[in-house]
Amino acid sequence: MSKQNRRSFLKTLGLGATAATAATYAPFAIGGSSKKVVVIGGGMGGAVAAKYIRMMDKSVEVTLIEANENYFTCFGSNEVLSGERTMDSIKFGYDGLKGHGVNVVIDKVIDIDASGRRVKTASGRSFNYDRCIVSPGVSFRYDKIDGYDESVANTKITHAWKAGPQTALLRDQIQSMRKGGTVIISAPPNPFRCPPGPYERTAQIAHYLKHNNPTAKILVLDDKEKFSKFGLFTAGWKKHYGYGTDNSMIEWVKGSAGGKIESVDVAGMTLSGEVDDYKGDVINIIPAQKAGHIAHVTGLTNDSGWCPIEGKTFESTIHKNIHVIGDSAIQSPLPKSGYAANSEGKVCAAAVVAMLNGDKIPDPSYVNTCYSVIAPGDGISVAMVYNYANGKINKVKGSGGLTPGKFDAKARAREQQNGYSWFDNITNDTFG
Amino acid sequence: MMKDTIIKSTLLVATLALGSYAQAAPSGQALGYTCAGCHGTNGASTGNAIPSIAGLSETYMVETMNAYKSGDKASTIMGRIAKGYSEEDIENMAGFFAEQEVHKNTNQSFDAAKANAGQALHEKYCDKCHTEGGTVADDDAGQLSGNAKLFMQYSLADFHDGSRDMEKKMAKKMKRMMKKDSDAFDKLVNYYTSGQ
Ligand SMILES: Cc1cc2nc3c(=O)[nH]c(=O)nc-3n(C[C@H](O)[C@H](O)[C@H](O)COP(=O)(O)OP(=O)(O)OC[C@H]3O[C@@H](n4cnc5c(N)ncnc54)[C@H](O)[C@@H]3O)c2cc1C
Repeated sequence: MSKQNRRSFLKTLGLGATAATAATYAPFAIGGSSKKVVVIGGGMGGAVAAKYIRMMDKSVEVTLIEANENYFTCFGSNEVLSGERTMDSIKFGYDGLKGHGVNVVIDKVIDIDASGRRVKTASGRSFNYDRCIVSPGVSFRYDKIDGYDESVANTKITHAWKAGPQTALLRDQIQSMRKGGTVIISAPPNPFRCPPGPYERTAQIAHYLKHNNPTAKILVLDDKEKFSKFGLFTAGWKKHYGYGTDNSMIEWVKGSAGGKIESVDVAGMTLSGEVDDYKGDVINIIPAQKAGHIAHVTGLTNDSGWCPIEGKTFESTIHKNIHVIGDSAIQSPLPKSGYAANSEGKVCAAAVVAMLNGDKIPDPSYVNTCYSVIAPGDGISVAMVYNYANGKINKVKGSGGLTPGKFDAKARAREQQNGYSWFDNITNDTFG
Repeated sequence: MMKDTIIKSTLLVATLALGSYAQAAPSGQALGYTCAGCHGTNGASTGNAIPSIAGLSETYMVETMNAYKSGDKASTIMGRIAKGYSEEDIENMAGFFAEQEVHKNTNQSFDAAKANAGQALHEKYCDKCHTEGGTVADDDAGQLSGNAKLFMQYSLADFHDGSRDMEKKMAKKMKRMMKKDSDAFDKLVNYYTSGQ
């Protein structure tokens, strides 16, 4: 049956009206023909959403507001710490997006007027929108660790959980550490950006130390009892860095064994937990996290500190016409990863285009894949396919999962290379 | 006859409209967009280990995805991912990629002398099924010319050591080729990487 025939059938059945209201949105464009989208944050979620709206519908005017001239990817940044990558290799600009007709504005958003549909920036400009997409990443709960704050993080005890100057600082600290010194990594409670990230970081720092400072140690103080890809990481640490033996380079302390950190003495380079104090030569604190600052200012968050959304459109369930994607959103069962942000950006872009045009919102599909490199030639991954059913995002049963536990050198080497190709393709998909 | 059809359609439409149609059906585009993180925008890969899938024949892609799904074709990760899609999803995404233009990654390094030798080997042993470097969709065969270099090395190695099945005629030709020239893989990969 052709579309037209089906429509007249629906009409004669008297079901047309119900079907239409359930499936379509009235276009909200101000002044009739204009369709304006403002995207806040040019990271993994925001940049791809801006680009894909333009790919799907050239009649939509897209403005992307990003605080920094260049973006440094977090993925790959652990390999900067080990010297396997340069800072330049994880640096991206916005010329590609301009090429797609995205209006790129380098400025910081300080407020969103949700009822007036207007975004305000630090330089005093304001931008009207029909729909706004917010992808500001995470911010940190500094208050959870006494003595820790942003100025300490920028100068002495990094988080390096947003790639950039802190990544380079942490690398330099590790490389100039005294022989036989101790690197301490404090790992955060759930939920946080990139669940396997702290443990890949541990492996990459160990890789550097093994070759340059072999008597040095890494102490991982974890808030949790277990972590992502636990079996694969601990087996990898064992294989490459002696984990679990007397001569292990890595020691991991779980939360209940004293891993929870309560305060830091910056001058004394000491972390204090419920039970013990730990002194380090280099300390990296990855604090507990919440949605990006602007999401709190705008009132897009709930008590959890993250932003509730509707999984088919990523529209905020608090403020209409504002969509939240990426790490800031409550997107579970999708993880807080760059790949998930990429998938969410595209689902949101398709929904926004449909809503602006008064079309039916397309059925979404989502994927996540995360690679981690334990040592050169040893890559592992986790993957999952998700669908939308019964009003929420679901893992597709039987799909996804981890690299098999049994070590297979050929497969591990290929996984590392696939991880590098993933890096090339996702960055090109986002910024190219 | 006519009446019967109308009644059936009416029932179908009524079911659709009443929302008992629970199973979502993402379009080929919606599905294809999610592959881009690894395979590049619209399936055009810029990496050297993950292949381009833009412009692949629909038949070939459906076959390949089903082989990953069933485990008939070994993989590091595609088996885990392919299991997330229904028959219909796979057909839809294959339709989307079949509509994209074939992509050749011309940023990969290759050895010109080996590429020349590879060209002769290709014409002799491979060209019959992979015409024009495997870029002709009608062949229902994989893309070779300009595809990801490491991926092609992996594939040839897997065919050779038996971890990946191949058609009889291909096995026969490969055996004959390797007997004559044990460096044939290296030459072929350099030829394909050159994107000629
Ligand atoms: C060490 C590490 C390793 C990782 N490895 C992987 C990996 O291998 N695979 C993977 O998939 N993911 C990985 N991730 C996770 C990934 O980086 C994030 O999940 C992803 O970046 C989230 O995207 P986003 O758009 O939410 O935030 P971001 O990418 O952080 O983008 C947010 C952007 O918004 C801008 N912004 C914020 N507020 C404002 C404002 N008020 N005005 C203007 N601009 C603003 C910021 O400057 C930033 O550019 C890793 C993370 C870390 C820390």
